Amino acid sequence: MRHGLLPSLFFTVLLMLFYTLPATAEELDRFAGLKGKIDIAGGTAHIPVMKDAARHIMTKYPQITITVAGGGSGVGIQKVAEGLVDIGNAGRPISAKEREKYPRLRSFPFAVDGVAPAVNPANIVSELTSIQIQNIFSGKINNWKDVGGDDAEIHIYNRDEASGTRSVFWKKCLNKGAVVESANIVASNGAMKVAVSQDRYALGYMSIGHLDNTVKALGLDGVAPTQENAINGHYPIVRKLFMNTNGAPAPLVKAFIDYVMSSEGAANISNHGYIPLQ
Amino acid sequence: MSKYVETLLKYATVFSALIVLVLFGFLTYFTLPLFAEGQITELFSLHWRPFHGEFGILPMIAGTLALAISALLIAYPLGLGICLFVHGLGPRWLARPILLLIHGMTGIPTVVYGFVAVFLLVPLLRNNFSHGSGFSLLAASLTLSILILPTIVLLINSQLEQIVPKLRLTTTALGISRIHELTRISLPAASYGLLAAAILGFGRAVGDTLIALMVAGNAAQIPGSAFDSIRTLTAHIALVVATDSQSTTYHSLFACGLILFLTTASVNLLLHRIKHRACRETNYE
Repeated sequence: MRHGLLPSLFFTVLLMLFYTLPATAEELDRFAGLKGKIDIAGGTAHIPVMKDAARHIMTKYPQITITVAGGGSGVGIQKVAEGLVDIGNAGRPISAKEREKYPRLRSFPFAVDGVAPAVNPANIVSELTSIQIQNIFSGKINNWKDVGGDDAEIHIYNRDEASGTRSVFWKKCLNKGAVVESANIVASNGAMKVAVSQDRYALGYMSIGHLDNTVKALGLDGVAPTQENAINGHYPIVRKLFMNTNGAPAPLVKAFIDYVMSSEGAANISNHGYIPLQ
Repeated sequence: MSKYVETLLKYATVFSALIVLVLFGFLTYFTLPLFAEGQITELFSLHWRPFHGEFGILPMIAGTLALAISALLIAYPLGLGICLFVHGLGPRWLARPILLLIHGMTGIPTVVYGFVAVFLLVPLLRNNFSHGSGFSLLAASLTLSILILPTIVLLINSQLEQIVPKLRLTTTALGISRIHELTRISLPAASYGLLAAAILGFGRAVGDTLIALMVAGNAAQIPGSAFDSIRTLTAHIALVVATDSQSTTYHSLFACGLILFLTTASVNLLLHRIKHRACRETNYE
């Protein structure tokens, strides 16, 4: 017992080395000899994946610096097109108008993300139909008891106009229908999670990658919003996540994009609840 | 040496003034296309539904005014009360600690107030009233009133500090009570400070972004009750600025910016005029 801590610590470190080294050795080799800085900004759904990739790369190659910022899909596209960042993330394809203004933009889709309706874990409702959700968001239903829950007002949480998450939810779940003006608006996937986890009678929606046990994802028309159901096509509210560069990426940026799309990058993408694209 | 300093300061002044002018020109320039295309009438409509081609910013103007005025209505009497307490209505030993506390409040970052409000005030409102999610005009105005309180207290206090000591000996000798002295003599004499505090507090409330963004709920609707979710112009800009920069949605933001700029500019001009008049009046005495 007295010598318990040190050997177990040693063993843990050994185990960690065992797990990380062989895998990283090959995929991270592409960064050998490269140095410099990569600035990344844009979509907030991308952040967990980008941060993990950046951490792995910077740990092995300290001469490479990678910064990851949010801002939203629209900001990502604009910043990369204006040359302010190297990679602009977006949770939606480049719009026709953006394409016209910035013809040099190149898109690299790397993952599929699902968007799930979410409620507070204390809510007894665990499933809704898309018609019910449309009726709630348009204001026709405003009490949880009408959809099998407690007798309490439904607090709707919506996302801002710049959100790629909002865009796909509105198109594929709300069927581009009206949303009541009294709905609260939150500015990121993270803020949505905080709002829904705090409010017992909240109804919101967020990227599957952001789901954890502080919120409860709702089944939609009898289909659970899981990775498997998104892959096999049963779960309908999905979108692609993109990295965008202005023209052909520089060698270091290219290495980063290749790394995100490599087998190790794919494992990182799956870890965060997204589905890697081959 | 002093000559160099003088030129340097002169250039710094001209530069600062130019920045403000450039900012104004920039906002006007970007708002002009809206005038030219006749979209300006659309801006002053009641509905913000950018995906259905409606770009009304009236709900945001109403939200801003409702929030700023209600925050001022809460903070102003409170601030005035604190000043009277410090200048004679309360025990003298408490005066310094209270003023120190208020001074300390000016250094607290806005985001801290917002954060505390999200986790304490909003759930409190949500659980104690049957209507609304807690993110509301009321939550935001309570939080904002704490933010603008130091501005109000320090302005009124600085004025009273100049007036009260001069009068105290006379009024005490005349047997005038503290309350009478403060309400009938000192406060009227401090009218400039009282007005300036109100205007500056209002300006600060209009300009704040973070508290409204975090606590007010951001629903683009004309507020019907204190429990309604509202959106201010500042929060609106923060929320929409990340949209597709080639869209009308984005361009309408410049109009919001211009309105905010003109509001704060007129607040400052008003303040300048009051100060000017106050100086003249005191010179006549």
